[in-house]
Amino acid sequence: MQVKQTTFKRRTMLYIPGNNPAMLQQGSVYGADGVLLDLEDAVALNQKDAARILVSHMLQYISYEGCEVTVRVNHIDTPFGLEDLKQIVPLQPDAIRLPKVETLEEIERIITVIERIEDEHQLPHDQMKVHVMIETALGVQNVYDIAKFSPRIDAISIGGQDLAADMQLVKANDGIGIDYARKQIVMAAKACKIDVFDTVFVDVENEDGLREEAEYIKKLGFTGKAIINPRQIEIVNEVFTPTELEIRKAAKIVKAFERNKAEGIGVFAVDGKMVDAPVVQRALRVLEMADIDVESL
Amino acid sequence: MELKQKAQAGSFESSDILVMVEPVEKGAGRLIELKSIVMQQFGEDLLKQIHANLDKFAIADVRLIINDKGALPPTVSARLETALKRAAQLQTGTLN
Repeated sequence: MQVKQTTFKRRTMLYIPGNNPAMLQQGSVYGADGVLLDLEDAVALNQKDAARILVSHMLQYISYEGCEVTVRVNHIDTPFGLEDLKQIVPLQPDAIRLPKVETLEEIERIITVIERIEDEHQLPHDQMKVHVMIETALGVQNVYDIAKFSPRIDAISIGGQDLAADMQLVKANDGIGIDYARKQIVMAAKACKIDVFDTVFVDVENEDGLREEAEYIKKLGFTGKAIINPRQIEIVNEVFTPTELEIRKAAKIVKAFERNKAEGIGVFAVDGKMVDAPVVQRALRVLEMADIDVESL
Repeated sequence: MELKQKAQAGSFESSDILVMVEPVEKGAGRLIELKSIVMQQFGEDLLKQIHANLDKFAIADVRLIINDKGALPPTVSARLETALKRAAQLQTGTLN
């Protein structure tokens, strides 16, 4: 199955509580690359029906121009999850985010339900993407099998709060307790060649801490980060956007690559450093993140 | 849709709308009390939308008390649908 490729950057995904009309209608104006309309943790248990109906109507009315729209549903084994899927899947947001997935059997079961709903509505299986959240120790152990289960899973993410609870950690801002899980999840995503999102940073007042964490997870290989407050967007976008120096260097590498390729040379040097295919690949990614067309160089 | 109990949905928050639904006897018609902070500009549109939603759920007899705080059309429809389904005891996938 060939699944539609995403055309969005994925540096920042802003969580929006599913039962808050004011926030839902303004979600795309803050500059996040994506919005995560949340039916799960951000909604009180006695308002699940209200949030589901509100998000359904909003999806049909608000365009969220320029933002990837993802809906986080409740887990299928809760009293809310199946109803969420029945309401949201027919509306085909860009992606659906599945929380607390732990095993291969579980992801298989959920995707089967999603595709049954799509069949009932004569919808294709290759448009709406699936994002899987890993939020338990068991999920971390099984993450590669889960991530590779279906080509429509084009991103996985770590849910730090629930994972810390599952591991009985008193989570500190340094993230040491979930560090192994972060790396394991990144490695699984890279092995499957899909995107990987980091967990939220809950201390909204601590902007230096957010920047430090964003810089760290970028180094680990994360594609971007979930955000809980619009004021966090600029910092994370900035961290994940290449600097002028990085862009100049990347452009130099790509130009040198094109020149050498024409002469049949595979490995060469730029500014005294060896450049081979993986270096070129990273340079191309930098230019892509900076919205620079290689043809224009 | 048969309304069986009083119910409400929404809130007094800005951009939201509070909808209260009460079943009435057959033949009573649609008894609608509507307040809105944008009554002058959008009162007529709001009322039209409310009737369209009641038509959709085939509700001829109902008392509605509605207080609008500047909700967009999708919010109006969503809150009305939620309140009506709660009144009809049709809400699924939630906890009371």
